[in-house]
Amino acid sequence: MQTLDLQEIGLRQVNAQLHAQSETTNQTAWEIVNPKGAHAIACGLNAPIEVTVKGSTGYYCAGMNQQATVNIDGSAGPGTGENIMSGKIVIEGDASQYLGATGHGGLIVVKGNASSRCGISMKGVNIVVQGNIGHMSAFMGQSGNLVVCGDAGDALGDSCYEARFFVRGSVKSLGADCIKKEMRPEHLELLKSLLDEAGIDADPSEFTRYGSARNLYNFDVDNAAAY
Amino acid sequence: MCGIVGLFLKDKALEPQLGSLLTDMLITMTDRGPDSAGIAIYGDGSADHVKFTVQSNTPDVDFDGLDKDLSDALGAKIDVSVNSTHAVLNVPAASADVLRATLASIRPNVRLMSRGETLEIYKEVGLPKDVAAQFGISGMHGTHGIGHTRMATESAVTTMGAHPFNTGDDQCLVHNGSLSNHNSLRRKLRREGIHIETENDTEVGAAYLTWKMREGASLGEALESSLDDLDGFFTFVVGTKDGFGVVRDPIACKPAVMAETDQYVAFGSEYRALVNLPGIEDARVWEPEPATVYFWSHNSAPTTTEKAA
Repeated sequence: MQTLDLQEIGLRQVNAQLHAQSETTNQTAWEIVNPKGAHAIACGLNAPIEVTVKGSTGYYCAGMNQQATVNIDGSAGPGTGENIMSGKIVIEGDASQYLGATGHGGLIVVKGNASSRCGISMKGVNIVVQGNIGHMSAFMGQSGNLVVCGDAGDALGDSCYEARFFVRGSVKSLGADCIKKEMRPEHLELLKSLLDEAGIDADPSEFTRYGSARNLYNFDVDNAAAY
Repeated sequence: MCGIVGLFLKDKALEPQLGSLLTDMLITMTDRGPDSAGIAIYGDGSADHVKFTVQSNTPDVDFDGLDKDLSDALGAKIDVSVNSTHAVLNVPAASADVLRATLASIRPNVRLMSRGETLEIYKEVGLPKDVAAQFGISGMHGTHGIGHTRMATESAVTTMGAHPFNTGDDQCLVHNGSLSNHNSLRRKLRREGIHIETENDTEVGAAYLTWKMREGASLGEALESSLDDLDGFFTFVVGTKDGFGVVRDPIACKPAVMAETDQYVAFGSEYRALVNLPGIEDARVWEPEPATVYFWSHNSAPTTTEKAA
């Protein structure tokens, strides 16, 4: 285990050391202490390493992540895991707004709640939240899965494309063109695998699936007068 | 951007440290807005006097002999305590309502920053660390305070465009965001006789609250109706004599983090601002919900005007 003290060596040094790790590095376990809410911690990693941040983080922690596993032993600030490509991010506390925005792949797990705009414009990332999520989550979601074990806020999945949403609790309101959908066996299977991967014990049959009604895909000539 | 901090002390033992804790919090937020900074601090006061914080760009000229000139003009003893470009005037309550007009006639270049029993506001153009050092904020004590560091978007970088804005006796407002209907609202409020000094959007927000409360709304009701009447982005922190309140617009894209322990309630635009507070490791930390008014008061049974929500 390599330990990096952010207060002592600064953010650039911390990230530079993590960026220096290659595909075949032997130093696979890292710990960052004294994060104190700093921005962009463990951003842009691209190696099969596991990094644990001992405390709460600020903006954009683990942004653009590839391959790496980043554990945040605290709460995470806005834009955590933005544009994640692969790998895994686990947040022990709460996540602030636009978690995993535009994420293309990988998995993000939140043990607490996620705030507004969770998974906005998601493009393939899987996000599993043990608590609740805020308003406008998965706005314009294109692909990937958003699993919420608690409740969802206003306008879930507004203007979404092919992203899937599984919510166990209530949904305050659905966004434009987002509808409740049938939970078929393949969805139960997918949901079970996501919950297992996230290490969350929940019964897939208690969830409801939501997704795009696909009414916004094409222009409806009856709406011509509205423009 | 802009950065906001707020600290409401429950534990009296921390009161001597209020200024230094707030100063540290504000300096941490410097890179959210480095062009001007201000702090509102609720300290000492007595019920039979009103404190006015005033500002001058030429303090050597304007504050020279001000205590004597004011005392003569008002026929009462006025204490003036000068602190750099600011001065705190301690005015007997009976003379308070004529102070603004009197001051405008004897010292036309002096600007009024705040009025209240315990409130003092210090704000200037410059970095938080320089502004805090200029006024010796870290040596100040008090029960609660709020601070702001500004990145100007809607109006000029001037002392009068800096936050906090005084909205009424012992009340002030800081703002992160931008209001888009401030021009039409300013015209409306001026027609209603509300004094608005600058072209700044936040001053209009502050004036709006003043107007609402003048019309009989409680601070909480005024904040609730601001959600309908103000167009734009905002996280507001408001200070009152007994406490402080927080409200975010329904979209809530401007960040906000709160922390509470047995000793204090703290607000920061980012968690970074809170990391050096005592016992933060064990604090309850959360993000305030959109379109929801939060309020903390030293007064365990607040009256309708003090109670927010």
